[in-house]
Amino acid sequence: MSNCAATELTGDTYTRRFEQGPNQDTLIVNMGPQHPSTHGVLRVIVELDGEYILRAEPVLGYVHRMHEKMGEVKSFTQYLPNMGRVDYLHAMAWNWAYVGAVEKLGGVEVPERAEYLRVIATELNRISSHLVWWGAYLLDLGAFTPIMYAFDDREIILDLLQIVTGSRLTYCYFRFGGVTADVTPAFVSGLKEFLQRFKSRLPMYKDLVTDNIILRKRCEEIGVIDVDMARRYGATGPVLRGSGVAYDTRRAEPYGVYDRFDYQIPTFTEGDAMARYLVRIREMEESVKIIEQALEQLPEGEHLNAKAPKPAWKPGVGEAYFAVEGARGKIGVYVVCDGTKNPYRVKLRSPSYCNLSLFAELAQGVILADAVSIMGSLDLVIPEIDR
Amino acid sequence: MISQTFKEAVTAVWSMVVGLKVTGKNFMLPQITVHYPRQVVTNLDTFRGHIDLVVKDDDPFKPKCILCGQCENNCPSGCITIESVTREIPAAPAPETAPPGPEGEAKPAPKPKKVKELTRFLLDYNLCSLCGLCVQNCPVDSLRFSRDVYLAGYSRGEFEFDLMETLQKRGKK
Amino acid sequence: MPDFNVLLAGIPAELTRLVLALIGLMAFIGLNGLALVWVERKVAGHVQRRPGPFEVGPFGLIQPIVDAVKLVGKQLATPAGADKFLFWLAPLLAFLPIFLLFIPIPFSENLVGLNTNLGLLLILAFAGLNVLALCLAGWGQNNKWGLLGAGRAVAQSVAYEIPLLLAVLAVSFQTGSLDLAAITAKQGPWPWQWNILVQPLAFFLYFICAVAETNRAPFDLPEAESELTAGFHTEYSGMGFGLFFLAEYANMIVVCSVATVLFLGGWQGPIEPGWWWFLIKMYALLLVIIWFRWTYPRVRFDQLLNLNWKWLLPLSMVNLLATAFVVKLFA
Repeated sequence: MSNCAATELTGDTYTRRFEQGPNQDTLIVNMGPQHPSTHGVLRVIVELDGEYILRAEPVLGYVHRMHEKMGEVKSFTQYLPNMGRVDYLHAMAWNWAYVGAVEKLGGVEVPERAEYLRVIATELNRISSHLVWWGAYLLDLGAFTPIMYAFDDREIILDLLQIVTGSRLTYCYFRFGGVTADVTPAFVSGLKEFLQRFKSRLPMYKDLVTDNIILRKRCEEIGVIDVDMARRYGATGPVLRGSGVAYDTRRAEPYGVYDRFDYQIPTFTEGDAMARYLVRIREMEESVKIIEQALEQLPEGEHLNAKAPKPAWKPGVGEAYFAVEGARGKIGVYVVCDGTKNPYRVKLRSPSYCNLSLFAELAQGVILADAVSIMGSLDLVIPEIDR
Repeated sequence: MISQTFKEAVTAVWSMVVGLKVTGKNFMLPQITVHYPRQVVTNLDTFRGHIDLVVKDDDPFKPKCILCGQCENNCPSGCITIESVTREIPAAPAPETAPPGPEGEAKPAPKPKKVKELTRFLLDYNLCSLCGLCVQNCPVDSLRFSRDVYLAGYSRGEFEFDLMETLQKRGKK
Repeated sequence: MPDFNVLLAGIPAELTRLVLALIGLMAFIGLNGLALVWVERKVAGHVQRRPGPFEVGPFGLIQPIVDAVKLVGKQLATPAGADKFLFWLAPLLAFLPIFLLFIPIPFSENLVGLNTNLGLLLILAFAGLNVLALCLAGWGQNNKWGLLGAGRAVAQSVAYEIPLLLAVLAVSFQTGSLDLAAITAKQGPWPWQWNILVQPLAFFLYFICAVAETNRAPFDLPEAESELTAGFHTEYSGMGFGLFFLAEYANMIVVCSVATVLFLGGWQGPIEPGWWWFLIKMYALLLVIIWFRWTYPRVRFDQLLNLNWKWLLPLSMVNLLATAFVVKLFA
């Protein structure tokens, strides 16, 4: 029973249900939905005892755009642009997950060159997504310049991907049976230049940020997730790899041509925010390696299967699940087809949803500033959570 | 113990100095922003603007469109509406020197041809997501992306285009 | 230089001098506030490889004036449930004592508001009034985030005053006086004759405490944008915010001036000693403070206090003891 007159008068249903504990000296505060560091439209109701968080509860649904419902009213091909908008920072991975599921269902073959182009595009997108995460995380922690340096590099990636796809953020590059367009020589030479430049930028990021004592104090031993806790909540991606489990969908359930590349899976055992930070920095380096190998091995061929299905195509009756390693974790798309021209069900498994559920338990007993640091280290994209 | 703390303190202070060096160096480097509108970006030839009709090689006022309706049906956002009229082109009469039929009577007059002509190609750009399904699936490549990216307007109505109209205007120029 | 010791139409000379000094200081602080806003934004821009303000006037020079006009023109909204008196007293209390802090500082040999042999004590005493202003601001706003920010700010200010005091005391031990003019006079015109070489640790500690006292990054938790929206000045709009803003810059100028006098030789300089050397050194230190803001992330609150109690305080006490030892043995 809430004894606090203030919440009875001014709270909405969530605040009223978030009953104040037995101690009446606590503050109930809303972080969000408009807040500079909740990475989107996330609301977290927090009960504070001075600076310490007693309870935190995320309230979702402010960006619910009914993507799964749209999957049921649009045809298979018409649903493609939606995938770029679920997680706009790693749109290529979501594209791949959906296209992979439908290809699996319909038995569509993808030419080898298209597979390599998919890898290059997805890894470039992963680097740009991690750069945004890095810049935004440091912005939350109060450093205003690293985001500008990160966006400097990201601009080049966006320009490169624009040459091939025509878009800068919400890509609709994948089709059933390949990709929309082939790469041009301008793209290849620009990409090689970018990779060289990026390799020389990473030491600067290390000097400015990673080695900085203030950042280390804000990230080390903060938000420690042990393996058991990560498994209980279904965490994937850098959150899981920062806790010591070397699980990467690209190696555990290989798709495309990922089994032909030689790359490491960065794993750290401490499980704190610093471990997750280092996992993502190392992942950027590994992505660079993958892109270099893919460029070298890029075979001749077509970028789209000549017998690619026409737009009004229906794959056979059945269901298929396809999982992809996104920047935030394991992206899964589950498609059920019942013979009509629209899918019967499209289920989107977003990694940020499971990663966010860790937050309620992690935030107990920490200082508010640490809660901001933890949320940043989980790398959440709220539109992906609400879909 | 003391030497450990001391070493950590020295590393800590040194990391701060290194950070200052990085920002100091960047202070001296040139700016990377583009001062729009005094400067403009130069890589827009691959950036997708709204779609446009492609004209026939021999007639700058007629688009290649064969009115199959693929773009209209496949658009995920339903932003394309095609309006057409069906016109009858009277067929040419049979030539007089044609040999008579097996029964001796003249060949029957050929039926007039029915031709569909595109009158309006309405694009509601407010809804378009630039996915490219229309451009890609046109069987005669009658659609392409334009370079018209510096669009700004005061109301939604300004983004409801009639691509036939713009095509006629372009043809006149 | 007019002789202020002559009675001016029956008004005591000291009073005339003080009034003139206050008027001069108002102009000085006002102009410097505007200039610092511009410098900060330009430095921020260039560190981030972008231009900073450049539209309003050549190189954006008129930007601060336009910003001031904007702030003055805004509605002075009092939040519902706020304590009106305390709410509007807080910015005034933050801004007005700054003039008192400048009065004992010698800009040059004769350019000083109040020739007193307790100048340092005056400065340190009145610097504490800022804490009261923060308290009133945080409580008067009737905003939870503001309260949190003010609580942090008060704890931070009170904590960092102690090593600041001890560092400054070390210098005055060495000089044997609290008079800022005497401290300046004891240093020489050349850099190797300045106190910074004799007391490098004191300078280091003083500078860190100065950055923390003025709530600048990396110690800007009270106004942590990304956590608390705007901390203790969340609810202030228009000139209320403007006064806090100006007060922060004015505080920065004060601490840099004191650092110049104590450690960098004040108005003394190699070729032609005068107020220009004072200003050059003061601006150099201000640039360093601005540089810090755009390089470092924020220090967490308990780490900030830990830094103070576990590192700065012991170091400053050791420094003071060592200074006292040396002074007693070799003076």
